Amino acid sequence: MNAINCYHCGDDCGKTAIKTDDKYFCCNGCKTVYEIFSSNDLNYYYDLQSAAGSSPNTLKNSYDFLDNTDIIEKLTEFNDGEFQMVNLYIPHMHCSSCIWVLENLQKLNTNINTSQVDFPKKMVRINYKANKISLKELVLLLARIGYEPNISLEDIEQKKQTTNRSLIYKLGVAGFAFGNVMFLSFPEYFNVTIAGSNDGEFWLNQYENTFRWLMFTFSLPVVFYAGKDYFISAYKGLRSGVLNIDVPIALGILTLFLRSTADIIFDWGSGFFDSLTGLVFFLLAGKFFQQKTYSFLSFERDYKSYFPIAVTRINSNGKEEAIQVLNIAEGDRLLIRNEELIPVDSILRSKSTQVDYSFVTGESEAVHKTAGDKLFAGGKQLDGAIEMEALKSVSQSYLTQLWSNPVFQENKQSKFQSLTDSISKRFTIAILSIAAISTIFWLFYDPSKALNVFTAVLIIACPCAIALASPFTLGNMLRIFGRKKFYLKDAQTIEQLAQIDTVIFDKTGTITTATKSRASYEGMPLTIQEESLLKNTLRASNHPLSRTLYDMLSAHNILTLDEYEEYHGKGVIGSFGNEQIKIGSAAFVGDKSTNNASQTSVHISTNNHYKGKYVFENQYRDGVSELFENMSKTMQLALLSGDNEGEKSRLEALLPKLTPLYFNQKPEDKLKFIKSLQQNLKKVMMVGDGLNDAGALAQSEVGIAISEDINVFSPACDGILDASKFKNLYQYVLASKKAMSIIKWSFALSLVYNSVGLYFAVTGRLIPVIAAILMPISSISIVVFTTVMTNYIGRKLA
Amino acid sequence: MSVIYVLLTISIVVAVFFFIAFIVSVKSGQYDDSYTPSVRMLFEDELVTKHKSTTMSSKKNPTK
Repeated sequence: MNAINCYHCGDDCGKTAIKTDDKYFCCNGCKTVYEIFSSNDLNYYYDLQSAAGSSPNTLKNSYDFLDNTDIIEKLTEFNDGEFQMVNLYIPHMHCSSCIWVLENLQKLNTNINTSQVDFPKKMVRINYKANKISLKELVLLLARIGYEPNISLEDIEQKKQTTNRSLIYKLGVAGFAFGNVMFLSFPEYFNVTIAGSNDGEFWLNQYENTFRWLMFTFSLPVVFYAGKDYFISAYKGLRSGVLNIDVPIALGILTLFLRSTADIIFDWGSGFFDSLTGLVFFLLAGKFFQQKTYSFLSFERDYKSYFPIAVTRINSNGKEEAIQVLNIAEGDRLLIRNEELIPVDSILRSKSTQVDYSFVTGESEAVHKTAGDKLFAGGKQLDGAIEMEALKSVSQSYLTQLWSNPVFQENKQSKFQSLTDSISKRFTIAILSIAAISTIFWLFYDPSKALNVFTAVLIIACPCAIALASPFTLGNMLRIFGRKKFYLKDAQTIEQLAQIDTVIFDKTGTITTATKSRASYEGMPLTIQEESLLKNTLRASNHPLSRTLYDMLSAHNILTLDEYEEYHGKGVIGSFGNEQIKIGSAAFVGDKSTNNASQTSVHISTNNHYKGKYVFENQYRDGVSELFENMSKTMQLALLSGDNEGEKSRLEALLPKLTPLYFNQKPEDKLKFIKSLQQNLKKVMMVGDGLNDAGALAQSEVGIAISEDINVFSPACDGILDASKFKNLYQYVLASKKAMSIIKWSFALSLVYNSVGLYFAVTGRLIPVIAAILMPISSISIVVFTTVMTNYIGRKLA
Repeated sequence: MSVIYVLLTISIVVAVFFFIAFIVSVKSGQYDDSYTPSVRMLFEDELVTKHKSTTMSSKKNPTK
């Protein structure tokens, strides 16, 4: 019989399917959500997309802090006591069913007025009657139907970021003016004779001035509003002694405008208003195209996105109260529940606990701590509720201090000189000399034409096509990479990627997978009964290692254990008939033999006889070896690990010979290591995953975060790479190099157009209609060329 | 007054009208999220459908 899949979430139901209404569910959680939906006429959810749901987890967080009016005030966008409006980030949102059910929340609770989804951002904005349903109840409702919102410290820190729409406005203004000016200059195109002469069409000559002054009016907002960024940028560039691409552009726009205005004032001709508005419109369109953002990803995250807003403090009277994390002071006694994050460095007051530091180090193994031990911020507490005493405030904790390093304040991009900028320097100098030489020539030959030629050269040489080549190529590559699950922060990252000559890898979580799914058995062989007992005992345990081991063992009949007991942080005991089995840590099972601390192992004894242990191994990602092999041909590689040297011999076998391996690297060490490479003029790419790599990611030229689930976790970086695509990393680097050569080819192409234009300009024969034809043709052909070429590269990518 | 002026005035008034409509729509946030509305318009208006499960098709492209 085929495996039954859950009607709600699509997971395999296994042997414990629950049946209701002819439908199967994998767990009670899914069944409950189904019942909620079906009793509220929300069955359409399942019609829209089958098995779209997620099974609601047992609540990870208690949302008691949402009763705190201070926090409510900070989280809500609008709050007048009666109505509240809140924006919630819902990571699980992934399909049309999600949109539909989240926009129909009012069917579940009539006190919700409206809810609106912003899918690309995975946000839902809910407007509700605050006196009938509290924010906490609302969040619990969402959690109950499997859409638990993610509320982090970041949400209250920087609340309303206004979206910057100025580019759309500018594009709109330029497009509007461009269209109208084109329309108004049409009569002139058919009436190519100079104004005032008799051989033009009478009625056109009569209304010439009206048309021209209208064009002038339309071009005003284009020059002074839509194009103002180019003037600002050119001014800034000149002041710091850089001839960036915006200098010739600003010069071109200014000359176009002044020359055209003079033309119509003194009745010399119709001016170049069509070219002027078209130029600005195309340039802005290029900018708009380049500005691809993955709004559901954040590249600027720091620890604040992972830290909770509030924790429970036990005050002097022994009472529990919710307190904002930012207000934690030294000496506060805090209560951390199961699965909650430790927000500050502190000392454990309870007897013992397990802490999962995977957020900080990428290490998936939980660490055992006993009373009096120091707990570092960032770890996740896995063992019931514990009490601890804060040693520092949030911002001074060991982990969070990393963010006070100046590297996080610097803007990486400002140091970088792009290919366009370096070319535009030579280009600008060349254009100015051509303009000067031809003007001098005409001054001797025919002084009346000198000014005409000078302005014509500046107009026609305006590097519109050059300025478009880079945004369209890089913007296209950005989209292609995005489709391959390689998300880059901005287009400039591709340019930097193409220059990389050194690559530094983190170990845990980056070249290894987060789950350890391989284990080897060492010790006395187990009998069939023992193995069956082992499997059945593991079946009852929820510890991650038990689950992995359970999945690895071959199938056995299900036995009902006579006795089963789980000891938190130690192990489990199960018995069936006369057989008793102990599974767990060495001390728990009674192993006296040498204990290798750098290994993760599960020990087994039956009837108090030690049998052996399963040793878990780090599993390396697919293709790590090949990737290193290929990359080492053209680049320098190194590995920085925060771990001990336990895996050294395996790594040496796996990676190309002489790859430098560094162990026991603290976050600051990684940052310094990258810095020292950069001082030797290396272009460094850092590939990491955890918050401990954050410093190195920020310091490197390109910081790439590897993520198994791109929605969940990634530190601040320049790009996020889906873990399944890790082996293609080198291909992506090569593709960015190819993209850069496309840009160079486009430059060559646009120089051809410029030379044609310059021929007309230098000989003093540039008339508006030629400029108006040449400029769009060159721009459009560059756009077509880059689009075709980048798609060609994209098709070859895996 | 010539008919040209009338025509020009009309054309510019129409153009400016659409331009203002564009500005207003950007300002109201219509261009902030260009994906969700494309999905939303495909939803059925009527929620209570008794004849469901016959229409178990509409597999939409899950995410971008």
